[in-house]
Amino acid sequence: MTRLTLTLRQRPSQRLDLSPLVPHLLAGKSARQIERIELQTTRHRAAVGEVFRLRMGDAEQICIEGSCERLDYVGREMAGGELLVDGDVGIQAGRLMTGGRLTVLGNAGPWAASGMKSGVLQIAGTAGDRLAGPLPGEISGMRGGIAVVRGNAGERAGDRMRRGTIIIEGAAGPYAGARMIAGTLIVSGGAGPLPGFLLKRGTIVLGSGCGALSPTFVDCGVHQLLANRYMAAMIEHYSKSAARLMRRPLRRLAGDMAVLGKGEIFLGNGTDV
Amino acid sequence: MPAVTVKGMRIDDTFAEAFGMRATALIITADSARWARQAAIIMTGMATSVIGCGCEAGIDRELTSKQTPDGRPGIRVLLFAVSTAELQKQVQTRVGQCVLTSPSSACYSGLEGEESLRLGDGLRYFGDGWQISKRVGAKHFWRIPVMDGEFVCEASAGLTKKAVGGGNLLVIGRTAQTTRAAAEAAAAAIAKVPDVIAPFPGGIVRSGSKVGSKYKGVSASTNDAYCPTLRGAVKTALDHDAGSVLEIVIDGLTSDAVAAAMRAGIAAIVKLGPKRGATRISAGNYGGKLGPHHYYLRKLLP
Repeated sequence: MTRLTLTLRQRPSQRLDLSPLVPHLLAGKSARQIERIELQTTRHRAAVGEVFRLRMGDAEQICIEGSCERLDYVGREMAGGELLVDGDVGIQAGRLMTGGRLTVLGNAGPWAASGMKSGVLQIAGTAGDRLAGPLPGEISGMRGGIAVVRGNAGERAGDRMRRGTIIIEGAAGPYAGARMIAGTLIVSGGAGPLPGFLLKRGTIVLGSGCGALSPTFVDCGVHQLLANRYMAAMIEHYSKSAARLMRRPLRRLAGDMAVLGKGEIFLGNGTDV
Repeated sequence: MPAVTVKGMRIDDTFAEAFGMRATALIITADSARWARQAAIIMTGMATSVIGCGCEAGIDRELTSKQTPDGRPGIRVLLFAVSTAELQKQVQTRVGQCVLTSPSSACYSGLEGEESLRLGDGLRYFGDGWQISKRVGAKHFWRIPVMDGEFVCEASAGLTKKAVGGGNLLVIGRTAQTTRAAAEAAAAAIAKVPDVIAPFPGGIVRSGSKVGSKYKGVSASTNDAYCPTLRGAVKTALDHDAGSVLEIVIDGLTSDAVAAAMRAGIAAIVKLGPKRGATRISAGNYGGKLGPHHYYLRKLLP
């Protein structure tokens, strides 16, 4: 079965809402029906047929070619199937995903994987601020699934995360894993200042250390834990570098003692201190 | 009793009668095979019969580091009980007292079952609030801080309701030595069959029982029909040349596994031959009315 392909005709003149273009919403629709779906975010109408060149196929596998950062909400509430984006995406890619696999070959804007519940989101480039985080007013961020960023991520990656796994192979900005409720955030590169700010529960792994660390994290020594090796085996498929990091001896810091203090930061550097 | 003779061995035309049971499988790992075995042996100890032990348990097989979830050497153990509640209680107590306590151990589900038992979900309270829950994909496990680091334990273990308990072989020979040699050969062959255990010492039981007793309140008593020293005094099932009888009891995760184990056991006894081993193979049953699973020896011949 061939996949359904949408090729961007030209850079759109307005930001577009791509949330209707997910496998479960396109299933059973004809080419004509799909081309009539409206994507505009302003008063000017922008239907799929005007913005994209459509090559019909099985909607279980969708490919968006020539994407740019003006395409927002890509894969929002995606429930299954596969969505491949060749190019950049705008804000909130993969927000509230409940299943399936979303792959972005370029960069993603802020709030990628926001409130994600299940499934797999992979970003080959960089991710903007508040990766997997909640929108203003929401109580929790990511609630399950796995999000992988091959490049760097912006501020507050994993903000208020409740469950699930985030892997950042590059570096993370300030406040990585801030206000985390539970879950796992692994950063292979360095992290900005104050990781795990007000961390309640959950695990943050920083392969190359961080900027200023809050004094409310307390040293628990260097350990090579079985649980981390077990996690390594489970994430190996998604990221070899993160799996390698998890198998190393890591310094465990418990915190944030300013709040509940049942969380932990593992540091990959300074283990000989 | 009618019988067939295979290579000089008399095999009774009878059947083993077995019962449906609830079972689970656990994988116990440790830093070394020695410590994985240590934990497995002690957690399956005193688990020969549901009558007095609450469950029947034993080692199914050893696993290499490539076959375990955490890449360390491990052992797969099987536990059988008559009810889900009793099995849950036994798993909780045995893992809590024998695996959690064993240095460097970890414990995982060894069975994908239609239902599940609480494993780490119950033991986590040992962590006194410091326990950590981790979920990756479909896997959910608990990290419980202990004095040598952390005890890693999967949250739940699979449960099967299709397990069978009480498959058996009666090994009858001229002397205690030759009969034991035949039973040992059968137990060794059965140990190689996957998804089964022989829960008695070394896989062999010498005190087979019958239902009931002359004494009030005793539910099972010695199987006098198979006691060689009572051969002349009771309605015996033994011939004049029988000097010793041993039984092998088999529990399996499936009926097919029990049949495969009985077949392997019979083949090993026949291979040893009547000169060095047993002279007759039989099986225990209750007339076929109590247990739903019947294993006819003539269908399991080598």
